[in-house]
Amino acid sequence: MSAVMVDVHGVHKSFGPLEVLRGVDLLVRAGEVTVILGPSGSGKSTLLRTINHLEKVNRGWISIDGELIGYRRSGNKLHELKEKDVLRQRTNIGFVFQNFNLFPHLTVLDNLVEAPVSALRRPRREAEETARRLLDRVGLADKADTYPRQLSGGQQQRVAIARALALEPKVLLFDEPTSALDPELVGEVLDVIKDLAESGTTMIVVTHEIGFAREVADTVVFMDGGVVVEQGPPSAVLDNPRQERTRAFLSKVL
Amino acid sequence: MSSDTITEPVPQLAEAPAELKVVPARHYARWAAGGIVIVLVAQFIHGLATNPVWEWNVFRDYFLSETIVQAVWVTLQLTAYATVLGFLLGTVLAFMRLSRSPVLSTVARTYIWIFRSIPMIVQLVFWFNLSALYEELGVGIPFGPVFWSVDSNALIGTIGAAVIGLTLHQAAYAAEIVRGGVLSVDHGQLEAAAALGIPRLRQIRRIVLPQAMRAILPTAGNEIIGLLKGTSVVYVMSIGELFYQVQVIYGRNGRVIPLLLVATAWYVVLTSLLSVAQYYVERRYARGADRTPPPTPLQRLRRRFVTKEIS
Ligand SMILES: Nc1ncnc2c1ncn2[C@@H]1O[C@H](COP(=O)(O)OP(=O)(O)O)[C@@H](O)[C@H]1O
Ligand SMILES: [Mg+2]
Repeated sequence: MSAVMVDVHGVHKSFGPLEVLRGVDLLVRAGEVTVILGPSGSGKSTLLRTINHLEKVNRGWISIDGELIGYRRSGNKLHELKEKDVLRQRTNIGFVFQNFNLFPHLTVLDNLVEAPVSALRRPRREAEETARRLLDRVGLADKADTYPRQLSGGQQQRVAIARALALEPKVLLFDEPTSALDPELVGEVLDVIKDLAESGTTMIVVTHEIGFAREVADTVVFMDGGVVVEQGPPSAVLDNPRQERTRAFLSKVL
Repeated sequence: MSSDTITEPVPQLAEAPAELKVVPARHYARWAAGGIVIVLVAQFIHGLATNPVWEWNVFRDYFLSETIVQAVWVTLQLTAYATVLGFLLGTVLAFMRLSRSPVLSTVARTYIWIFRSIPMIVQLVFWFNLSALYEELGVGIPFGPVFWSVDSNALIGTIGAAVIGLTLHQAAYAAEIVRGGVLSVDHGQLEAAAALGIPRLRQIRRIVLPQAMRAILPTAGNEIIGLLKGTSVVYVMSIGELFYQVQVIYGRNGRVIPLLLVATAWYVVLTSLLSVAQYYVERRYARGADRTPPPTPLQRLRRRFVTKEIS
């Protein structure tokens, strides 16, 4: 079995009085694809956002490739890291947003080059070469010099995936990458993600695409009410769910 | 064209002759109103040109005279310094006010409150008389000994005092303009930048500010034009800018009206130049904002020309 890449341990997260994550544990091994399913409001986005420390946890901890995220441990104390160090950690964690969040005032190429140059201090020429290679990989080699708003939603999301890959992250997080897309554009984005899965990229994907989960996931996680209700291989969770809540959810989305 | 692809006539038009003539609606009232306005404007221009009160010969003598051109230059310098320094300080204040630190945001809020409350002219006179309040400006430990000091009026000078006054005033307004611009940028942009690990200052400079510029520029243009004309109040400090110089000259020769016209004409020219500059700067920052960028005036002219030829 390959090494543990993402370790989420007993994570609690509240917004004011609202407890959104109520003790979540999750293990993702290197090269594996984990798909998270669950009803709206069950805390899926919040969980992903705690993994790259866009949200601070109230209790528990998260580590990526053995490195604690957002904290430094000495003895049995956790010291909060400075923003600078958190930013450095984030370069190991690619994040793909539901609504792309491309930088509209920068060309597609500059969107991909920005972080490697400013966060990793790569030489610009090297970053551009990598960027063009990645654009080619997501099938958009000819769009390097256009602005994001001149692209279709599907193309924008493929650029966003390439932008996340440009940092060569250890793990990629997707938060409903196809939910903002017209139905006919969903396929082109899922194909890119599948391609990444086959090449051994470690990924956590929040999605409502059950077919995609069945085909690509090594592990399917079902979340509800801020806890992991059930997890296992797709054949178990999707075809023979043991929990009533999982069955109820699947009967609605299938 | 596609007309030969139509095989059957449209039903309603079946009996109509081959070609239908379009008769535009006649707007008699609109024409009458237009006519009256043209007559009034013509009368006004005629009066402006021929009435001896305007003394156009005096206007001609002074408009490009060395004293006036020099004064225009001073006005431009005051505007440029106060704009650049005012917006720099304003941007810092804007981010202080937006920061999570209660100390920084309170200081910024207080600054904005105070400097928006003081009339510019009061502030300028205040700085002009600075040496009466602080005779010496020194470097040293706060509340402790002073190592080096200088007579404040000698250090600042009148122009310096004017620039400080204009800058401090401008910064308070610029801070709110910049803050408005920053708030107009989608929160997802900062989140994406943070998720990519882009350093904090770079997030602001490269991601947030260029997008905020779209909201900042129209208001900033107003402010800079206001500032250009606002520099005329520094005449109270006897600085040789345009309005002061014009007053000096008509105080000497009594030709009030033509000299005020000289100042007016220069303010119009400078404001027009600023408006044109604003158009191009706005266009630059609109890159990527729309699917097709707006045309330049030149392109618009050409397009009108070309479509005329086609039709
Ligand atoms: N920043 C926030 N402040 C307050 N409540 C929030 C915030 N973010 C999310 N929530 C709440 O947390 C709950 C879970 O949200 P989320 O993680 O987005 O769920 P999901 O992605 O599974 O739909 C929701 O009830 C949502 O309203
Ligand atoms: Mg969500």
